[in-house]
Amino acid sequence: MSAALSTSPVVGADDQLAAGPEAPARTPRRLRRESGMNPIDYNARSKAFRVLATVVLLLFALIWLVPLVFAVITSLKPEGEIASNPTSWWSNHFNFDAYAKVVQNTPILTWYLNSFIIAALTVVLTLLVCSMIGFALAQTRFRGRGAVFGLILAGLLIPGQILVLPLYQEIQAMGLLNTYWAMVLPAVAAPVAVFIFEAFFAGLPRALVEAARIDGASWFAVYWRICLPLCRPAVSAVAIFTFVTSWNNFLWPLLVLSDVNQMTIPVGMATVVGGYGIQYAQVMATAVLGALPLFVVFVLFQRRIVEGVASTGIK
Amino acid sequence: MATATIIDDGSASGSPRSATIGETSTKSGADERRAGWWFSAPFLVLYLAFLVGPAIYGVVMSFSNATTLRPGLGSAAGWANYREVFASSEFWNSMGHTLWFTVLTTPPLVILAFVFAILADRLRHGRGLARFIFFAPYVLPVTSVTLIFTFLYAGEIGLIPTIFTVLGLEPPNLLGETSWAFISVAVLTVWWTIGFNFVVFLAGLQEVPRDVYEAAAVDGAKPGRTLWSVVLPLLRPTIVLVVMLQILASLQVFNQMYLMTGGGPGTSTRPVMEFIYDSGFSDARAGFAAAATMVYFFAVLVISVIWYLLRRPARKGAGG
Repeated sequence: MSAALSTSPVVGADDQLAAGPEAPARTPRRLRRESGMNPIDYNARSKAFRVLATVVLLLFALIWLVPLVFAVITSLKPEGEIASNPTSWWSNHFNFDAYAKVVQNTPILTWYLNSFIIAALTVVLTLLVCSMIGFALAQTRFRGRGAVFGLILAGLLIPGQILVLPLYQEIQAMGLLNTYWAMVLPAVAAPVAVFIFEAFFAGLPRALVEAARIDGASWFAVYWRICLPLCRPAVSAVAIFTFVTSWNNFLWPLLVLSDVNQMTIPVGMATVVGGYGIQYAQVMATAVLGALPLFVVFVLFQRRIVEGVASTGIK
Repeated sequence: MATATIIDDGSASGSPRSATIGETSTKSGADERRAGWWFSAPFLVLYLAFLVGPAIYGVVMSFSNATTLRPGLGSAAGWANYREVFASSEFWNSMGHTLWFTVLTTPPLVILAFVFAILADRLRHGRGLARFIFFAPYVLPVTSVTLIFTFLYAGEIGLIPTIFTVLGLEPPNLLGETSWAFISVAVLTVWWTIGFNFVVFLAGLQEVPRDVYEAAAVDGAKPGRTLWSVVLPLLRPTIVLVVMLQILASLQVFNQMYLMTGGGPGTSTRPVMEFIYDSGFSDARAGFAAAATMVYFFAVLVISVIWYLLRRPARKGAGG
């Protein structure tokens, strides 16, 4: 874990992959990157192509940075300067006034707290509930196991949006509107997380479990003390993706969290913007504040996130 | 992450194994079965309560006069909701808007991501940096993204209208004109989500053995020819996957449309998810909205089935 955390966010992600202590099952394909040279360069023409590739990609990377950089710059400019010269990339009076105003005039700190509590609860419960059934499916044999498998598989085919109306009525009937549970409970039973855990647990040798059982360990001890610690890559992958998904959820909190003090960051931000009028420094400061926590998460866990996404296409 | 691999595992190996082992009912076997169910129970309870249950309830709802103002189904409606959905020009218009948005976003999100991945695959340095820059927007909350782009698109002061002026063109009303509003939201979506496809393509390209390039070069193939005749066929499964995931994602568009244009001007850009949201929550007609959801879901399902059929032979060709 520490190796992943200390990885510099920008460089060396590839080298880390080869050296990383975890992800045991899929190291070999990364080994080829050890010779510092890209093996695609075998003749002069391909080298020329590489220079062209670098230039074009650099150009696009700059374009991709413009919205973010421009938002940060604008958020630091005095409002008066934005009104007189909105597209300028520089100011002699950079300051944090807009951020101070946003923090003072909106409940953004409450929204941070709400988003954080909801995301943290969702992550903890998802990890627990999904890893338990993942363990059961991979390492125990029980009647109906195939049926359970199929049932969860069917859940993958149901898009979340189809559930919006009936789920809303259900949460309403349970009296959970405007509570954290309205956000957490529907998110916990995640089929994808089950299959990630199942795949990892299934990779553990059956002999390990049997030996522990013969030594008198209870099934819970086998799961909690022996198998789960060996599945740390799955735990961190599910944790990061659940956190990001929960934090960025928009449609569902828009429906179930109408009380301004219960709102999460994405929904809360959307409600206050009309009130700013033309105070663009404050609008941009709000955007930057909303993006900041996830940007930090991304910088810290870039390797895991990118690896998780990349595996979409490989499996 | 969920792909056909899982589907094969589940149906093929799942049931027979559990059946045979289940019959050797020793003491420890009974213990194991009980443990299996206990470990599964918390998930299954939540899964039935918040996923399977609502999915079935949603079907029932679509045949009722349910409302979002209070729980319960209200009176039975038979097929009336469906008849109304099929006759509703607003519903079909919104389906059209969703489809147009999908047509506008899918080609750039697939082709541009592929081009970026091809270029990044050639780099000697900075592949990690490229990945960081293109993928970072993907993790940002939709509201931050729409706030930033609303500012970039704003008339008079925005960066994009200014670029039009500098080029000597009359800047259009980027969010206020229907045709431009679609393009503006599509551009935002490309910027925001291209990182996902880029990362998947890049990973796929790095799976291509390096000897393949070398062999092609030895045979005298130019880089473009190598790309077209060697790399592209090898990457076919990945391309099919990305295209379909992208179509499915674009068909579900709601957030950025809702936040950028609110479906406007008028309802001229309103996607079908917003139509459902409006009927279900603004008009509180849950039964009607549920019926609209089912029709929409059926359309998405048809596309998923096409994906599945396209993907099968592709997987065989790649040798698993």
